[in-house]
Amino acid sequence: MSTATREPRTTEVRTTRSRWWGRQPVGSLFALPYLVFVLAIFAYPLGFAVWIAFHDYFFTAPGVDVPKPFVGLDNFAAVLTDPQVLEAFRNIGVFLVINVPLTVVLSMVLATALNAGIRWAAAYRIAFYVPYLTASVSLVGVWLLLFSSGGLVNSVLGPLAPDPSWLVNSSLAMPTIALYVTWKQLGFYILLYLAALQSVPRELHESAATDGANAWQRFRNVTVPGVRATTVLVLVLAIITGANLFTEPYLLTNGGGPDGASVTPVLLIYQRGIQQQNPDTAAAIGMLLVIVVGVLSLAANRINRER
Amino acid sequence: MKHPRLAGTAALLTAVALTAACSSGGGGDAGGESPSGTGPITVWLSNNEQEVGWGQDVVDAWNAEHPDEEVTAQEIPAGSSSEEAITAAITAGTAPCLVYNISSAAVPGWVRQGGLVNLSQFEDGTSYVEDRVGEGAQTYLTDDGYYQLPWKSNPVMVMYNKAVFEEAGIDPENPDMATYDDFLAGSRKIVESGAADSAIWPSPTNEFFQPWFDFYPLYLAESGGTSLVEDQAATFDDENGKAVADFWASIYSEGLAPQEASTDDAMSAGTTAMQLAGPWAIASYAESVDVGFMPVPTSSGEAEPVTFADSKNVSMFTSCENQATAWEFLKFSTSEESDGQLLEATGQMPLRTDLATTYADYFEANPAYEVFAAQAERTGDVPSIPNSVEVWQAFRDDYSSAVIFGSSTVEEFLSGAAETINGLVQG
Repeated sequence: MSTATREPRTTEVRTTRSRWWGRQPVGSLFALPYLVFVLAIFAYPLGFAVWIAFHDYFFTAPGVDVPKPFVGLDNFAAVLTDPQVLEAFRNIGVFLVINVPLTVVLSMVLATALNAGIRWAAAYRIAFYVPYLTASVSLVGVWLLLFSSGGLVNSVLGPLAPDPSWLVNSSLAMPTIALYVTWKQLGFYILLYLAALQSVPRELHESAATDGANAWQRFRNVTVPGVRATTVLVLVLAIITGANLFTEPYLLTNGGGPDGASVTPVLLIYQRGIQQQNPDTAAAIGMLLVIVVGVLSLAANRINRER
Repeated sequence: MKHPRLAGTAALLTAVALTAACSSGGGGDAGGESPSGTGPITVWLSNNEQEVGWGQDVVDAWNAEHPDEEVTAQEIPAGSSSEEAITAAITAGTAPCLVYNISSAAVPGWVRQGGLVNLSQFEDGTSYVEDRVGEGAQTYLTDDGYYQLPWKSNPVMVMYNKAVFEEAGIDPENPDMATYDDFLAGSRKIVESGAADSAIWPSPTNEFFQPWFDFYPLYLAESGGTSLVEDQAATFDDENGKAVADFWASIYSEGLAPQEASTDDAMSAGTTAMQLAGPWAIASYAESVDVGFMPVPTSSGEAEPVTFADSKNVSMFTSCENQATAWEFLKFSTSEESDGQLLEATGQMPLRTDLATTYADYFEANPAYEVFAAQAERTGDVPSIPNSVEVWQAFRDDYSSAVIFGSSTVEEFLSGAAETINGLVQG
């Protein structure tokens, strides 16, 4: 009996050790530089940012010793009662509500179409992927020309054009930015779905067709469940990158847009932390954003799994 | 945006925290080696081509006479603004000895950071600044010290396209637009005649410094030179502030100025008839537009109003080891001769008393600049106050909402912004 109880313990310890070093310790050695990179460039600064968020902190010249007292939740209380911060979170909510569903639906549908062997498929793939590869700054210039009050879109719309125009209209600025980001990033997500579609067995489609399922029924009952794992990935990535929104509102609507309608949390972090030299409140906004994004991502993951 | 970035703001926080980490790990004396240190120094210049040319000439002249105290000039590193590049350099301890492009609004923050040298600590520091600027020098005091040397100004005036005025039926030599009512009437003529799409086109964007080129010049003019904040309290929630805000609100609500930023140079493109600008703009339009100038309007049509100085100054940084050399070079580069060379090269007005008489020959040969030299005698600047950038950002946010987009009333803007700003400056 006693031998029987000791034996598993020994195995457990051995297994744990072999897991820690891996079957090939040399592999761990190769991974070490990346581990150092993650610790130095991500983990330590993130931890330091958490520390900043709980202190009265500002940047100083080297050697300047000033007290940076612990202030508890004061910075969080300040940002949570700041109407501009709340508006920024509302704005990013509007953005995500438009951008995330559009991204998931469009990329899945377009990838399915491209996978179905349509004519000029290669040209379409390139066309969808080029905006993703192109620098935001140059594409923003094109959209500014398209959506300015005297731009091409308004010329086509004529009297139907909104007044004030798209990017200076407090109701339309964020939706316009959401459409722009959806269009720009679609190529990346299509690529993910194209890869996922390769793993959906062709036999399932054939069986469904034999059973009399039409194209929509095959898409709904075979394709969609078949790429569920990718859908979760797309959802989470779209939420994370959407919540990080900075470049587009900064460039398209000149740093916050009409009446603050396109201010985002990251834009505020930049203003508070860099421009106004208040890194403590900037870090508090960052912490809140991390929590919100984490909760949304987990929820997206959970909902999709439960289905 | 790029993929994938981990959770929320990690990337930006990384940058913020890394910079902060650098700040806590440095060593050395915040005050540098000693104010008496001599030897090589580095200075930063703005990236304006003419200014870089002027700076290099001054440096060459200095180096020829001081081989043991060589000066190296560089352009300010690229960034969305020079203030951000300088803030980062202070934090990292890599700031040069002198920077020739300092906005007064940024100085209080840098003093708080421990990044700037108090020029008053030099034996002749206070007298040099006060002799140069006269009574106006007090404007540049921070915590009872001169952390910046007032260097040059670009007094803001109304610049207009004479051809557009003529087409609109306005006499370009005597526009008669000194009062708000006359200015609005002239603006309506311009737009209604189709001579230009807009009468005037200040940038309607949300950056903290934009009030310096719409509200603030007119507020200084209307109030006779009252700063945005005086005695630790906002001043603009009064009749003067209301008059100016109402004026701009009329401009926007009547469609005399667009609510979106220009995608090109609106004056050159002919899409606007007027803009608020300093003398730097004269050279820009020399080839393309026949420009005229007039003072900013006031409700009563003041003939010689005060306006915004838009000054750029010089500061010395605590990371500088050879501060004695830096101080001597600072005086050399702001001597009467060097200031004259700056005026010749850039058209920007040295911030010194008796400008018009000191450089009378230049203004006689360049009459377009003479009006700015006269205006340079009547300017106000941004106040040196705590949380300066935050104050201007708060002001701009509320101004945009009420005046540009009409989402709230002018009264709400004035009282709300004043209350916020009082809280910021009183800590």
